[in-house]
Amino acid sequence: MRSITNFATTLVIGAAAIYGVLSTYWFLSTLSGPGFALGFASVAGSLTKFALQAAISVAVIYLVWKFLSEDRKEPVVKNLLIGTPYLWLLALFLVPFVIVLKISLSDTALAIPPYTPTLDLAAGWKGITDFFSELDFENFVWLTEDDLYWKAYLSSLKIALTSTILTLLVGFPIAYGMARAPTEWRATLLMLVILPFWTSFLIRVYSWMGILSQEGYLNQLLMSLGLISEPLIILNTNVAVYIGIVYTYLPFMILPIYSALEKLDGSLLEAAEDLGCSRLSAFWLVTAPLSKQGVIAGSFLVFIPTLGEFVIPSLLGGSKTLMIGKVLWEEFFSNRDWPVASAVAVVLLLILVIPIILFQRNEQKQREIDG
Amino acid sequence: MPQDVFAPWTDPNEKPIIQFQNVTKRFGDFTAIDDLTIDIYEREFFALLGPSGCGKTTMMRMLAGFETPTEGTILLSGQDIAPVPPNKRAVNMMFQSYALFPHLSIWDNIAFGLRRDKRPKDEVSQRVEEMLRLTRLEKFARRKPHQISGGQRQRVALARSLAKAPKLLLLDEPLGALDKKLRQETQFELMDIQEKTGTTFVIVTHDQEEAMTVASRVAVMDHGKIIQVATPADIYEAPNSTYVADFIGDVNLIRGKATGKDGDRLRIAWAEGQPEIVGTPNREFANGDTVHFAIRPEKVAISSEKPDSPNAIPGKVHDIAYLGNISTYHVELAGGQIIKAQTANNRRISRRSFTWEDNVWLSFTDTAGVLLET
Repeated sequence: MRSITNFATTLVIGAAAIYGVLSTYWFLSTLSGPGFALGFASVAGSLTKFALQAAISVAVIYLVWKFLSEDRKEPVVKNLLIGTPYLWLLALFLVPFVIVLKISLSDTALAIPPYTPTLDLAAGWKGITDFFSELDFENFVWLTEDDLYWKAYLSSLKIALTSTILTLLVGFPIAYGMARAPTEWRATLLMLVILPFWTSFLIRVYSWMGILSQEGYLNQLLMSLGLISEPLIILNTNVAVYIGIVYTYLPFMILPIYSALEKLDGSLLEAAEDLGCSRLSAFWLVTAPLSKQGVIAGSFLVFIPTLGEFVIPSLLGGSKTLMIGKVLWEEFFSNRDWPVASAVAVVLLLILVIPIILFQRNEQKQREIDG
Repeated sequence: MPQDVFAPWTDPNEKPIIQFQNVTKRFGDFTAIDDLTIDIYEREFFALLGPSGCGKTTMMRMLAGFETPTEGTILLSGQDIAPVPPNKRAVNMMFQSYALFPHLSIWDNIAFGLRRDKRPKDEVSQRVEEMLRLTRLEKFARRKPHQISGGQRQRVALARSLAKAPKLLLLDEPLGALDKKLRQETQFELMDIQEKTGTTFVIVTHDQEEAMTVASRVAVMDHGKIIQVATPADIYEAPNSTYVADFIGDVNLIRGKATGKDGDRLRIAWAEGQPEIVGTPNREFANGDTVHFAIRPEKVAISSEKPDSPNAIPGKVHDIAYLGNISTYHVELAGGQIIKAQTANNRRISRRSFTWEDNVWLSFTDTAGVLLET
C-alpha cells in the first residue's frame, strides 16, 4: 500500500515536471517560430500562457512535496531518480514507435500529413472511436502481395549474414593479434581501431567510391602492377557493398572479441599444452570457446545495424543491390507513401527483435559467468 | 624391525629421475638460474624454497618445457629433455592460478589430458572417477570451476595434473591462494596423495613452513643458485650459511672471532666485557677467523638466577611477544644487542615469571648453536 502511494506521488511530481518542461518548450518555440513574427501582442499572449502553465507545474510540485510526510520523501526521490531513464526510454523509443505503428495502420492521403485518419479531439468521444475504426492492417497485407518487399528482406538478411561472417573472418585475427601484442602496444592499437570514428562515416563511405571506381586508386594500382589489363567493375555491385560494410563495422567486431581475448589467462594455454595439446588444438579447445561470447556479441553488433543499412548500399551498391533500408527510403521520399514505409519499418523492427533478444541473453550469460 | 628411512640421495647406486647439469638460464642481461647442478630422485617430494625472483619458478618452467636452458642440460630419466615440447613430456604441472578451464565442467577438466592421448572412452571415465575419489570431489563433477570454492578448485587442479599419471608432478605455489587453516589441512592431503600415487613431486613455494611440512628435501635458493639442499630437519638444525639460517625460522645471529679451542669446543669472543661463547664447530676455524654463531630462540633458556651452564649472559627484558602456545622474550644485552629467547607456555593461567625491564640470565648449552663461516 505504502509503495503504491509512493509510486502515485512520484507520478504526480513527474507529470508536473514534464508539463513544466513541455510548456517551456512550447513557449520557446513560439518565440523563435512564426509566432514571433506576429508581433509583441502574441508574444505577450504566449508569455501569459507560459507563466500560467509554469505556475501550475511549480505549484503542484511544491504542494505535493510540502504535504509529503518526512519518511516518504526519500522513497519518492529514489523513485524519481530510478524513473528518469525509463522516462527517457518512453519519450525516445516507445512514443516514436507508437507513432510509426499508428501511421503503418493508416491510409495514404494527399494532405499534410500525408495519411488519414488524424485524431480529432474536438469531436469528442466520437472522434476517438472514428479514429480507431479507420485503422487497419491493409499495408501489412500489401507487403505480402508485392514480392519486392519479401525479396528485399531476404536479400538484406543474406547481405547482413554474409558481411557478418566476412567481418568476423577479418576481425578475429586482428583482435587476436592485438590481445597478443605487448602490453605497452595495446592502448595504441586500440586507439588505431577507434581512430576512423573521428571522421564522418559518410565521408569515409564516399572515399571508398574514389578507391573502387573504374578509374579509382585500386584499379590504377592493379593495372600498374600488371595484374589486370581491364579495370575491374567493383563500384555499384554487391562486392562494393560488402567491402563498405566490412570496413565500416570492423571496429564493432574487433572490440568485443579483443576484450574477451585480452581477459584470457595465458596460463590456460600453457595448461592445455602441458596436458598434451598442440598449439593448434589448444586454440580450438581453449581460445575459441573462451572467446565465443565476444564473437557472438561482435556478430550481433555487426548484423543488427547491417540489416537495416541504407547509406552503404545506396552509395556503393548498384541498381541490383536490394536492401530493405533502401526500399524504406524510397517508399518514404520517392513514393511519399508514409503508411507503407511505416509498415516496412515495423516489420524490420520485428525481424530485429529476435537477434536483439538473443544478444541480450548472451550478455546476461556472460555476466553470470563473470560474476 | 625399524622402518627404512626414505633417503635415496644417500645411496650412490640410486639413479636420479631429474638431473640438472650446470644449467644456466638468462633473460637478456638477467641471470635467473646460475650454473645450477642438482639431482632429484624418484618418489621424492622436493621443495624449491626461496624469496620471489630467486629463480625457483624458472627452474620449474624449464622442467615443464615452457622455458629452455641457455646453457647446460636437464635429464629426465637419463634423457635430455630440451628438444621435447611440453605436450610430449611425461611431466604435468599444477599452476599457481590453477588454470582450470572455465568453460568445462570439473569432470571434463580432469578428463582433458586423458582425451588428448586418445584413450578409449571407458578408460578415460574410469580414470576420472578414480581421480575424483582420490581428491574427494565426486559430488562436484558436473559443476563448473566458478561454482566451487577455492579449496575445491585447488583439488581439481591437482586431480587434473595427476590424471595422466605423470612421472613427475610440478606444483607452483599450490596452496598460495588458500587461507591458513585450509592450507595446513591441504598440506597433509598433498603428502597423503603423493604417498598413495608414488609420483615424484617438485613443489615451488616461498612459504618455509609449507616446504618444511611436506618435503622430503628442501632446496633453499637465492639469486639463481641453490644455497643448501637437505632434509627439513637438517636445514633447520644444521644450516650451512647465515642466509639459510635466517631464511628458515627465527634465529639469533652473533658475529665474533675464534679465540681458541678446548678439545672439540671453540671459544668465540663477540663483545667487549661479555663472557666468550662456547660452541661446537663442525669445521675447522683458525684463531682470529670470523665466526657467525647462530642459535634458535627456543634453545635459549631464560632464568632469573645465574644458571650453571657453559654459556650464560645477563640482560634485561625489552619486549615480550605472547603467541598463545609460546612466548618470545626479546632480551637486551649490555652492548645493546637483542637476543630472542622462547619458552613454551605449557601451563594455563600461570603467573608469568618475567616482565618488562626485569634483569634476567640467558643460557644455552655448548651444542645448541651452529658456527658458520658466512
